[in-house]
Amino acid sequence: MRVLRYITPEESFRQYRRRLEAAGLIAIGLLLVLAGRFFWLQVVQFERYHTLAENNRIALVPAPPPRGAIYDRNGTVLAQNYTAFTLEITPDKAGDLDQLIRELAELVEITPADVKRFRRLLGESKGFERVILRARLSEAEVARLAVNRYRLPGVEVRARQFRQYPYTDVMAHVVGYIGRISAQDKDQLAAEGRDANYRGSEYIGKAGVEASYERWLHGRTGFEKVETDAGGRAVRLLERTPPVAGHNIHLHLDAGLQQVAVEVFGEHRGALVALDPSNGGVLALVSRPGFDPNLFIDSIDQATWAELNHPMTRPLINRALRGVYPPGSTIKPFMGLAGLELGLRTPGDSIQDPGYFSLPGSTYRYRDWKKNGHGVVDLKKSIAVSCDTYYYRLAHQMGIEAMHRFLAQFGFGRKSGIDLEGELAGLLPNPEWKRRRFNQPWWPGETVIAGIGQGYMLATPLQLAVATMAIANDGVVYAPQLLRAWQDPTSGRMHYAAPRVLGRIPLKPQHLAVIKQAMVDVMLPGGTAAAAGAGAAYAFAGKTGTAQVIGIKQGARYDEKRIAAHHRDHALFIAFAPAEAPRIVVAVMVENGGSGSGTAAPMARKVIDYWLLGKRPDAAAPGGLVAPEATAEEAEEREDASPVPAAGEPEEVPGDAR
Amino acid sequence: MLAERLFKRLTAHLDPVLVGLLGLLLLVSLVAVWSASAGNSDKFVAHLVNIAVALTAMLLASHIPPQRLMQFAPLAYAVGLVLLVAVALFGEVVNGARRWLDLGVTRIQPSELMRLAVPLLLAWYLHQKQESLRSVDFAVALGLLALPVVLILRQPDLGTSLLIAASGFFVIYLGGLSLKLIAAAAALAAAAAPFAWHMLHDYQRQRILTMLDPSSDPLGAGYHIIQSTIAVGSGGLTGKGWMAGTQTHLDFLPERSTDFIFAVLAEEFGLIGNLLLLALYAAIVYRGLTLAARAPTLFGRLLAAALVLTFFIYAFVNMGMVSGILPVVGVPLPLVSYGGTSMVTVLLGFGIVMSVATHKKLVKT
Repeated sequence: MRVLRYITPEESFRQYRRRLEAAGLIAIGLLLVLAGRFFWLQVVQFERYHTLAENNRIALVPAPPPRGAIYDRNGTVLAQNYTAFTLEITPDKAGDLDQLIRELAELVEITPADVKRFRRLLGESKGFERVILRARLSEAEVARLAVNRYRLPGVEVRARQFRQYPYTDVMAHVVGYIGRISAQDKDQLAAEGRDANYRGSEYIGKAGVEASYERWLHGRTGFEKVETDAGGRAVRLLERTPPVAGHNIHLHLDAGLQQVAVEVFGEHRGALVALDPSNGGVLALVSRPGFDPNLFIDSIDQATWAELNHPMTRPLINRALRGVYPPGSTIKPFMGLAGLELGLRTPGDSIQDPGYFSLPGSTYRYRDWKKNGHGVVDLKKSIAVSCDTYYYRLAHQMGIEAMHRFLAQFGFGRKSGIDLEGELAGLLPNPEWKRRRFNQPWWPGETVIAGIGQGYMLATPLQLAVATMAIANDGVVYAPQLLRAWQDPTSGRMHYAAPRVLGRIPLKPQHLAVIKQAMVDVMLPGGTAAAAGAGAAYAFAGKTGTAQVIGIKQGARYDEKRIAAHHRDHALFIAFAPAEAPRIVVAVMVENGGSGSGTAAPMARKVIDYWLLGKRPDAAAPGGLVAPEATAEEAEEREDASPVPAAGEPEEVPGDAR
Repeated sequence: MLAERLFKRLTAHLDPVLVGLLGLLLLVSLVAVWSASAGNSDKFVAHLVNIAVALTAMLLASHIPPQRLMQFAPLAYAVGLVLLVAVALFGEVVNGARRWLDLGVTRIQPSELMRLAVPLLLAWYLHQKQESLRSVDFAVALGLLALPVVLILRQPDLGTSLLIAASGFFVIYLGGLSLKLIAAAAALAAAAAPFAWHMLHDYQRQRILTMLDPSSDPLGAGYHIIQSTIAVGSGGLTGKGWMAGTQTHLDFLPERSTDFIFAVLAEEFGLIGNLLLLALYAAIVYRGLTLAARAPTLFGRLLAAALVLTFFIYAFVNMGMVSGILPVVGVPLPLVSYGGTSMVTVLLGFGIVMSVATHKKLVKT
């Protein structure tokens, strides 16, 4: 092999120096590359990396606001927050969860339901989030956990705010409840651009006032800017925007009255609405059976859920606004007023009641509830004794269109606009509706039975109360309203809600006087609700009604004893008092309660007694709330429930409008 | 008097300028490790001990005459090679790589030995052949270099093998390897790159891919680069101040006292701090090369210069890696990172540099 070259040490050294210098230059070049890179990162791109570093270290932790409380008109608490200790587990920090739960169960009581709920929440959460295993720990349990904490990794005892409804089932349908924010709620909040305010919130109003006034009750979420390390642990607090508590909501509702109204129902199903005629304020709104809203806050076990959805009782349905029933004879004061206003009747006009009405050229008999008729009947008597024949005839003369127009003014067939969700509009039929709905013409016979509130017409107890308010108020109708005031939580200032006028019906005072007097007569001896009105210390105006659940065949008789309980008539009653200067309007509906006079009227009496006189019903006799035994004669002739052929299908269960 | 004479005797082979510059760098290291270990005084004390041991090693190495090193060179290389083969056959697998050899009493990483043994051997070899350098000599030298490099590459340890290859290359380059040959080899390497890619292990390929696009794996392999780049960039011009780096002190920066310690300095002292550090490295390299050029023998010149250039390459690769322009290859920042092995190896190297520069007289053998 060729020797490359023979070089002297001097040459070798010179080459070495040259190459060393070249290497040095390259090194300088590389250093410049680094310097350039640093300049790029630290000067040119500084803002970007500064932001990234800040994002790394700063976390915004939402601080959910305390929810506003709900009070009745006297400041009685209907919904409030309380602080309780919860046992929570951070799955990422805990080891074997089953083992951990077994160990915890030796220290505190943990039910299978707790474990089940924990598992469900666990599935919905991320591993680093705390999941509640047990809520509402006792002090002893907290102490036991504290002592054993060292051997329970990932277990924490924390103070949390809980919602509580002290009136449980009494206020359930009014106050409603909050529940965990669902995926749908989240979508809804996002669609309304309100989701940022719910970061950190776990609950949202689901029903009742809790839902209607969610925006005020919730408050504004605060934020804590905290410095966190790479593990997500908060190192220190940098900045804090405190949450703003939700507004307190004050209702027109009177807890005492509501309590009485619930008590008078006993085991009955139904609804009661009491309004303040001076402003439409809802004084009481009851739907029975009730339920305990406290159950809804976290989760409900299957058995309870099944019970709450029992097809017969359906406690979750707010019957006051979602139960629709034929108004029955409670429509008669409005029909009578229509007769006067439309010039079809004068107060003195009277008929001879043979116990039935037939359309001209027909032999079909529309029967009065009283087999042999009421004899000579004028307008006042027709209301006092609830004469059907009078109204068959009047309705026939008036015609369905005029009837529809007149009754619509009282709010029938449309929503009252109460500040609760889910209200139904009921149904005020006319021929056009029937054509649309069934593609059939309107039959004259349908007008006849409409005159006594049967047939297609459906109304909610709330609508009955609103319509009654129109009479009590001489035509002025206010929208029923639960909200009396909202209160700023920091200043404590109250903002009162203005009453909302739904309409002013032009009614002649002399006509109103006749109808009001007739309704007072209902409560006096000779009237259908004389028993309920007996001994009232004020002028009590009312009207009984009975809504048929099943049709009775022509010529057949209604025998309560032979009819299954859920096929019995619904009992209805509307009232206001004192008649000359009304301070309360009441509508009562008792599902399958039998008769309005026997069941519903005494309930209203007790409610009004409490409101006007401060008299509590005899607590010892809830049975007294049920209809007093009817006399033999009354038993034979079922007052007020007219054995007319039912038009269409019998009204079975409330809950859907036809 | 005695103490003074003893001191003079001890420091006779030290270069005051280089020692001063190295001392400055070690001060930087103390500042950085203190911040990176935030309150962990055990670690800081251990670091001080490491530095003391390494300085002692440097002092001792400065006293070893180059001739002794030359005698030692083939043996060191041979032992290193045997150990590397042993690693390949019986080595312990740690983190998916076979790098350690369990000797019963202690575990050693033979590749560390090769960092010094490879330039030592090549400098010795070229020194032997200096009278009549032929192509075949360079071929042999390249072969001697390739052997350990391939063995280490297969452990696999890409970073170390590349850096050892660099140190060997420096010797051969300074020894006079034809520049045409180097150009040809570079062209060949470029052509062979696809094959080399094929030979790489998955995790090595991943590192390169992650370097090209760290966001492709932000929680895995990319996490180191992303966080260190953020640390460097957020340092800005003047830095966040000593002990005030958020990336460092809130645990976002991984391996912050070892391989990524440069990010700590960059975050806390900013661009100005970085440029001063670069200047310090440049000064050390300049002084080191100056000393190397003073060496009386070819062996000394080649060895010293190769050691200094390797030191530079380590620093460059580390800073390039932390600032995101080179793949993460697990190379510490020389003389700054926490870690005894690297500290000792590097200062030992500088001890040798000073030894060859100061042992002027040829001693008869």
